[in-house]
Amino acid sequence: MADFFVNKGFRPRRQSNPQLPPGQYETTDFPVLTAGPTPRIALSQWEFRLEGLVEEPVKWSWDEFNKLPMQDFNPDIHCVTKWSKFNTRWRGVSVDTLLEHVRLKPEAQFVTEFSYGGYTTNLPLADLRGGKGFVGLQFEGEPLAPEHGGPARLVVPHLYFWKSAKWVQGLRFTAQDEPGFWERAGYSMRGDPWKEQRYLDDDEDAGTGAIRL
Amino acid sequence: MSRLDWQQATVTAIRPETPRVKTFTLALPAFTPHLAGQHYDLRLTAEGGYQAERSYSVASPPEQTGEIELTVELIADGEVSGYLFEGVAVGDLLAVRGPIGGYFVWPGAAGAAPLLLVGGGSGVVPLMAMLRHRQRVGLRVPALLLLVVRTPEDAIYHAELEAMAQADPAFTLVLSYTRQAPAGWAGYQRRPDAPMLAEVLARLPPSPQCYVCGPTGLVETVANTLQASGLPPTAILTERFGPTGR
Repeated sequence: MADFFVNKGFRPRRQSNPQLPPGQYETTDFPVLTAGPTPRIALSQWEFRLEGLVEEPVKWSWDEFNKLPMQDFNPDIHCVTKWSKFNTRWRGVSVDTLLEHVRLKPEAQFVTEFSYGGYTTNLPLADLRGGKGFVGLQFEGEPLAPEHGGPARLVVPHLYFWKSAKWVQGLRFTAQDEPGFWERAGYSMRGDPWKEQRYLDDDEDAGTGAIRL
Repeated sequence: MSRLDWQQATVTAIRPETPRVKTFTLALPAFTPHLAGQHYDLRLTAEGGYQAERSYSVASPPEQTGEIELTVELIADGEVSGYLFEGVAVGDLLAVRGPIGGYFVWPGAAGAAPLLLVGGGSGVVPLMAMLRHRQRVGLRVPALLLLVVRTPEDAIYHAELEAMAQADPAFTLVLSYTRQAPAGWAGYQRRPDAPMLAEVLARLPPSPQCYVCGPTGLVETVANTLQASGLPPTAILTERFGPTGR
């Protein structure tokens, strides 16, 4: 199949930008994409847990979590629905900081992020370590709004943004890469925007997977 | 070939729906029946290799085989929609892949729950695929579409929806005009709110499956209100169009 044919007369209206992964365009808005109603979580009920393949599970209340060391980070974010947003302003807790509070079992290689409302998404543990993953609590200097995942969401900016669970409730460490909500529906297990891994077929080991949409 | 491979579709018809919305009929060399609510990716390539991709909901039902209809809204300064509106004619080729999306879909089997559809503006497109599928298969499951538009000329598929409602007592069409209603209009003239949603829910049997599609503000309000009215979150499926469009 000819992958490349030119659409006569089609010219880029936007400057091409090396910050932009393939197939993406820049927006200055912050679009919302969610599969169902926005969960509302009272801060008095909120907790964040690390569980699964750890020696001792740990959990924090909202107040305890907010006493953890925080940092500012300013990532570009890339949504699989094709928009990218540059230089966003966040404050939150690095996953590296959270991991100082548990001892991982050696077979822990993957993570399921799980959320209030039932959302899940999966990724390799290596994608959350080394300053690559955060729990974001503030966006542009304000508490994170519910429609954007507040009170807290994962922020894993080097992957498509569905890998950054909104309304996050915790991380579960697993030995196998267990497909989450969108992944079970045929989206990529890894979701690297620079490799344009939107769907399962785009994964590097595609063809071995049992899941077909 | 995999249905996620790109294929060259041929434009066989272009139909204006409103001043800012057109429907493109694309003949596909490799048609895969979709589920009502799924979308296709469309990709444009410029001289020199620059590419732009967007996702568009399929408006036609899966029973319309060999082709798909994509209904596209012209976005201000839209790189892809602008080209589709000005640069594409019948007979041209367009690269597409799909169908994609396994969540915001209505399989539409007999005995399905009643169907509450709420669409804002071009958010009606995937809902139209559901209604056309329901009609083509002859399903009698009660269905109601609440279509929220700014002005009468923004109501996509209006004539077809009116005809569908005339012909089928199990289907109800409810319109709300948020900016300007037709002369003599006695119906809703506001954004959806709790009283409006309570009234439309009362016109359906209990425990409907709800599909809500449109701009973020509308979807937030409608989904939260439906949930507050006692429907379980699993009965409310949403698809949001950011202000940048799809």
